[in-house]
Amino acid sequence: MSGVVMFFMQIINGLNIGSIYALIALGYTMVYGIAKLINFAHGDIIMVGAYLSLVLLNTGMHWSLATILSILGCALLGFTMEKVAYKPLRKASRISLLITAIGMSYLLQNSFQIIFSANPKPYPAFIHLPALKIGSITISSNYYTTFIVSVFLMIVLNLYIKKTKMGKAMRSVAEDEGAARLMGINVDQTISLTFIIGTGLAAVAGILYSNCYTIISPTMGSLPGIKAFIAAVLGGIGSIPGAVLGGFILGMVETLVKAYISSQLADTIVFLILIVMLVFKPAGILGKNVKEKV
Amino acid sequence: MKKVTFKQQLLMELGVTLALYLFFQSLMSLGIINSYWRGIVITICINVVLTVSLNITSGFLGELALGHAGFMAAGAYISAVFSKSIALIPSVEFPLALLIGGLFAMFLGYLVSIPTLRLRGDYLAIITLAFGEIVRNVLLNIKLTGGAGGYSSIPKYTTFTWTFFIAAACVLLSKSLINSRQGRAIISIREDEIAAEASGINTNYYKKLAFIFSSFFAGVAGALYAHYMGFLQPAYFNLDKSIEILVMCVLGGMGNIMGSIISASILTILPEALRQIADYRMLVYAIVLIVMMLVKYAPQFEGLLNIFKPKKEEEA
Repeated sequence: MSGVVMFFMQIINGLNIGSIYALIALGYTMVYGIAKLINFAHGDIIMVGAYLSLVLLNTGMHWSLATILSILGCALLGFTMEKVAYKPLRKASRISLLITAIGMSYLLQNSFQIIFSANPKPYPAFIHLPALKIGSITISSNYYTTFIVSVFLMIVLNLYIKKTKMGKAMRSVAEDEGAARLMGINVDQTISLTFIIGTGLAAVAGILYSNCYTIISPTMGSLPGIKAFIAAVLGGIGSIPGAVLGGFILGMVETLVKAYISSQLADTIVFLILIVMLVFKPAGILGKNVKEKV
Repeated sequence: MKKVTFKQQLLMELGVTLALYLFFQSLMSLGIINSYWRGIVITICINVVLTVSLNITSGFLGELALGHAGFMAAGAYISAVFSKSIALIPSVEFPLALLIGGLFAMFLGYLVSIPTLRLRGDYLAIITLAFGEIVRNVLLNIKLTGGAGGYSSIPKYTTFTWTFFIAAACVLLSKSLINSRQGRAIISIREDEIAAEASGINTNYYKKLAFIFSSFFAGVAGALYAHYMGFLQPAYFNLDKSIEILVMCVLGGMGNIMGSIISASILTILPEALRQIADYRMLVYAIVLIVMMLVKYAPQFEGLLNIFKPKKEEEA
């Protein structure tokens, strides 16, 4: 394989993993923007989505129905999670909310470990489209499906937030909860909806991820979760285009470093870039620099 | 309550420390605390050092730090390398190893504190998280310390006496730091950084100070751990470890040293006590965590806690 082809293959790899990071990062950034909460359990929603669809697929269900049901299941989980664990703490300090989110993450991981055992399980991948051939580059169907689905969802989400009434409500709650409440916006409902959308996107990410790697385990969500969180911060947490951009940048850098510098030191280099980046641009790439007020 | 002078306070604390030490030591020599529980007591002491030191940055300075395990790992590995490569009498070598572990972690703490001067809140949390992961990743790739396979046959110097007195020293030093002028400056940054700066406090200096102090003790705790286990693995020092320490810190109360000691003890014993239900251990731990946070902080449950707490607790 020539160097150029190799490079393009790596770019495609990067886009693939980047779009998954971006999907997860969207959920992080939306929830953060609205509830000011780093939802550590968000990464585990990916795992829940993957397992739900595995169970449904194993019953012989058609993949489209299984996918829709797992997305709905995850959205329901996100909704319940917010109502039970996060809502009562909304007035409490942010750090206690964070610890609750961590507890939630442990709870999900360990309950799934008990139900499905800690051993990784094979996942019956269902995306079987013909591979795309451009010259000497072959793109497997998983890759372009992941990319297309994620980009599509990102565009829809962006339109939803920009154009619809609920989207406007979300933006206003993110900007100033108190003022939004005074304007007659149902803040609780808006926050619930944010969680539902965020977890739904995470479920999609989980299913796409499992289709690419075909092996799932109860802890599969933690590393992509952390990476997506970093992507969200990199892009400027709270900003939706930022999360997408951050996700793609992170995926790309990670893949290229793995391919051309060192696969073992990939994470180290990615984290170093992140630190340097944040030192020079403390609010992330697309984050607004908020002036501190007295 | 009569006002106690600083000297009286210090004497009292030293007395309590000594009494506690003698109590545990006699229980151990009488065999009431067996070697299994002795191990747990040592782990508690190590966790107290970690929690109290994290409390300086997270509780008093008010910055969320997610990389404490990184400092611990750095201290653990460097001290282990030192004591394996140098042959001195243990009573000289061990304190030196502890000191080197602490100083190295402190140096890293200084490095981490530089970007933190520009960042706050969640961005800072990310930097510390990234730092912890970098340390773990680098350790995975160092041949000298065995990489992922682990670093073994480290001399087991850590005893109950050493750990206990180091924990006591950490607690007393932290308390005196917090009660000093420097400590008040650190707290003022937490309360309002802009106001602190306007009042002439060199916030950069005090932030660095808090980070250095905290990372030093994390390094010492790592060194204690290394010489207690005799074996180190990079996987142990992952994000979960940092979070575990943070949980201890938050549960005990941010900015409350006594609380840190109590919650470090409870949260060390809890998983051990749950060993009989091994499979459900972490599940129960997670539920306890969520319920505790809800009961402690949610307004709906406020009445519930008042049954146990007739008097209003004084704010730390």
